[in-house]
Amino acid sequence: MSSGSDILQTDAPPSQPAEKLCAFKPDLLLSEDHHLCPGCGEPIAVRMMLEAIKELECSRRAVGVIGIGCYTALTGIIDTDLVQALHGRAPSVATGTKRMLPNGLVYTLQGDGDMVNEGLQEVIHSAARGENITCILLNNGVFGETGGHMTASTVVGQRTKNTIDGRDAKEHGQPILISEMLAQLSGTAYVARCGVFNASQTVHTKRILRKAFQTQLDGKGFSFVEILTMCPTGWFVPVPEGPDYLENVLGSVHKLGELKCE
Amino acid sequence: MTQIKSRGTVNIATERCKGCELCIPVCKPEVLRMSTNRNKLGMRYPELLPGCTGCTACLLMCPDFCFEVYRYQEPILHEVDV
Repeated sequence: MSSGSDILQTDAPPSQPAEKLCAFKPDLLLSEDHHLCPGCGEPIAVRMMLEAIKELECSRRAVGVIGIGCYTALTGIIDTDLVQALHGRAPSVATGTKRMLPNGLVYTLQGDGDMVNEGLQEVIHSAARGENITCILLNNGVFGETGGHMTASTVVGQRTKNTIDGRDAKEHGQPILISEMLAQLSGTAYVARCGVFNASQTVHTKRILRKAFQTQLDGKGFSFVEILTMCPTGWFVPVPEGPDYLENVLGSVHKLGELKCE
Repeated sequence: MTQIKSRGTVNIATERCKGCELCIPVCKPEVLRMSTNRNKLGMRYPELLPGCTGCTACLLMCPDFCFEVYRYQEPILHEVDV
């Protein structure tokens, strides 16, 4: 065990010759500052998304359509073109955007409250039509922005603000597994679910996002990525336990993997 | 005294840290630990001990973009008490 005097200086770049492997923030983020809660998974997912766009050299033609949720706070610092949609309507706005800008890389960024509750029909119809867009769902099982109450994707037994003893299937119904639902539609070309609960899964998330964007660039049809993210504030769990809770509670119902790849 | 090798290092923006501790368990060489001091936000923040490999796991898991990761051209040796 090291003693306190072993702590290294980390308040500046190293003075010895060294290669910078990764900067504080991705190139497509204008600032590191945001007001999301400690332990939130959404900035991690957004970092991976922006790095994937950069790696595909699509920074100049990427157009994001943003839903309403905590992640909307990041719209001021995301450095791609953006359109702000109404609650749940992002896939329809993205449909119009893509039809007007066929060479654009059009993606939506939505939460589970936005996509699965408020605008479920929008995403289903866009997927069924096989619109050549990429929809990204940040699924944490709660309406984080409005206080952390239950959404349609909250898993049975999960505590939220209005299911304080855990979601009860008899009273509140079963969760909607949106990826499985969309994968059944013949219009979808790529459907995958991933999570940001550890470093390797976070890297895997970027790989999946790249595949989804590539599906759109190849003109194959609708691509969908569901990213499970932490919301320890909404889940009533201590912040450091957020990743384990995500993997074991949400991840056991919303199973990770590629559901469809054409 | 013993020698510990650092292949990499991090630059930590401690004033931005919200103290979520997500970086601590993902650090495979276990060279990050939370401080006893607090930053201006009133939060404890990560501190680096000798032995960093520059794997970038802490950066990947940090929601507040507090890490910048470097890999030394030549590994650095630290003399530490065991």
